[in-house]
Amino acid sequence: MEQIPQIPKEKFKLVHDENNAEQEKISTPSLTYMQDVRRRLFKNKVAVVCLTLLSLIVLISIFAPVIAPHNPNEQQVTLSNLPPKLGNLNIPGMNGYQNMGGKMVDAYKQAGAPKGTSFILGTDYLGRDLLSRIIYGTRLSLVVAVLATLVDLLIGVPYGIVSGWKGGKTDTFMQRIVEIVSSIPNLIVVILMMIVLKPGLTSIVIAIAITGWVTMARLVRAQTFQLKEQEYILAARTLGEPSMKIATKHLIPNLSSTIIIQTMFTIPNAIFFEAFLSFIGIGIPAPNASLGTLLSDGQKAFRFLPYQMWAPAIILSIIMIATNLLGDGLRDAFDPQSSDH
Amino acid sequence: MAKYILKRILYLFLTLFIIASITFFLMKLLPGTPFSNQNRMSADQLKIVKAQYGLDQSVGVQYVRYMVGLLHGNLGTSFQFNNEPVTALIGQRLAPSMQIGAQAMVLGTILGILLGAVAAIRKNTWVDTLATFISILGLSIPSFVLAVLLQFYLAYKWKIYPVALWDNFQSSILPTLALTALPLGTVARFMRTEMVDVMSSDYIELAKSKGNSNWKVVTKHALRNSLIPVVTIIGPMAVSVMTGSMVVENIFSIPGIGEQFVKSITTNDYPTIMGLTIFYSFLLIIVYLIVDILYGLIDPRIRLGNGGKE
Repeated sequence: MEQIPQIPKEKFKLVHDENNAEQEKISTPSLTYMQDVRRRLFKNKVAVVCLTLLSLIVLISIFAPVIAPHNPNEQQVTLSNLPPKLGNLNIPGMNGYQNMGGKMVDAYKQAGAPKGTSFILGTDYLGRDLLSRIIYGTRLSLVVAVLATLVDLLIGVPYGIVSGWKGGKTDTFMQRIVEIVSSIPNLIVVILMMIVLKPGLTSIVIAIAITGWVTMARLVRAQTFQLKEQEYILAARTLGEPSMKIATKHLIPNLSSTIIIQTMFTIPNAIFFEAFLSFIGIGIPAPNASLGTLLSDGQKAFRFLPYQMWAPAIILSIIMIATNLLGDGLRDAFDPQSSDH
Repeated sequence: MAKYILKRILYLFLTLFIIASITFFLMKLLPGTPFSNQNRMSADQLKIVKAQYGLDQSVGVQYVRYMVGLLHGNLGTSFQFNNEPVTALIGQRLAPSMQIGAQAMVLGTILGILLGAVAAIRKNTWVDTLATFISILGLSIPSFVLAVLLQFYLAYKWKIYPVALWDNFQSSILPTLALTALPLGTVARFMRTEMVDVMSSDYIELAKSKGNSNWKVVTKHALRNSLIPVVTIIGPMAVSVMTGSMVVENIFSIPGIGEQFVKSITTNDYPTIMGLTIFYSFLLIIVYLIVDILYGLIDPRIRLGNGGKE
């Protein structure tokens, strides 16, 4: 065997020592999944704008009693159908003037309103302040949305998890029910429930919830099926974790993105149903205002007093658009691959 | 395939039976009587009227009767609306609803496909942004809001179309437009996602590298392959158009079944509500069935129910 000649240690030299350390350094802090999601969401300008808008609307609704300038149900019949007026500012369309027989007339003076009275969005046919009604109406619509979503979560998520987790005959049976419920048109069930129950907030929430949970249950079931095969679930099962604990500890956190995204599409749906039912006259009973009843009232007077329709229509559309766009943004944030499309 | 269709049709009847039963018992749960001026009737009169509608029998007998009638295509008699049979009531009013519904679906789908395709081809440009914005607007703005706005501007202010009338094609334009927005938005969004997917696939690369013109690649390869999945959203679209048509028909005073449904609700005409509920469900289940079968036929990779084997 040939001897390998000894090479003195001094002949060895580290190449680019400092450079190597530089390259190997982790320069960005490692992010958890949720941090990453948040970062991606806040990078999406549209989603941020929508989030801000919605937060603002939610805040205004929560603090409605403080913010609303008048009592939303207080009637002042002498001051009915007044056009919008913003203080003493002379902005066309916001100065309290109304076209009467081809001439612009100060409607406030004509109605004999005390000096200094001004309704920013005008008044309705009973002299109720429209701005206050819209604030309270938005509040009611949001309450419907939140309650409907909660019921959706409480029924749909456990149903989907059980169905997906158990599999086999249980799953087939549970899916058959889902199939039947989903083949009945949503709206018809909602309308039937509204006829049977007394019109009101609770009935609307029940009616929406009866059909609303199906989509959530389906998505959660499909996702559970996939998760069930994952190694960490298998490990948990092997270690003898009870199913209940696996569901709460492993399944729900991993299902959260699906659930959050679906929720963002349930909310506009609930708001739409409420508005729809109130619009055709079987939703929120008078005198309470919701976006639907305001639209319905506004539509009756739309020819002559278009401002009564515009304000609730714009608010409703903004809420719907913002929730839809935020839902899109959240989906992209949770699943970055979908945004590469 | 035949076995699959047969199974689906069986389920169709099962579902319809369940819907009809639920509707029937829900209507029986309703408080009050269907007669508006019961207090002014004598006991004998009430008995005669009840016998006329078969309301003197027990709920069980009424249920069996209704179900047997349903099998013969009899949906009962309306309490309001001149005591007409519900089937006749639906029959008279079907045509206008079908017309505006079909017009809206066709127009919405065509415009949606175009919009989605353009957005996908010009991905991440201002064209894409504009198209996405339009489809979001279509998806978000409720059809009844749109209907009222269209009525105010196009009919009342600018007098281009009649405000509320039902006689010729002209009068169907505004309701059609109001209903078009939702299918347009849905299809455009779906189409864009599909098309972007297809455009980045290998066979499109190949078609391009063979020297085909851009136009040919898009029309011959990309468009065709992205169109297939669009078939699946026709079902949900039909639901949304139907929902919309209920109020839109009301706003434009169109003598359709949607308007009839809303009217029956406000006048508590239970047989009509029941009949229309069953009819609507039937219509939708049929649409879903046709869509599923169509999808199986168009895309041979998806032969539902029998694991891809014929």
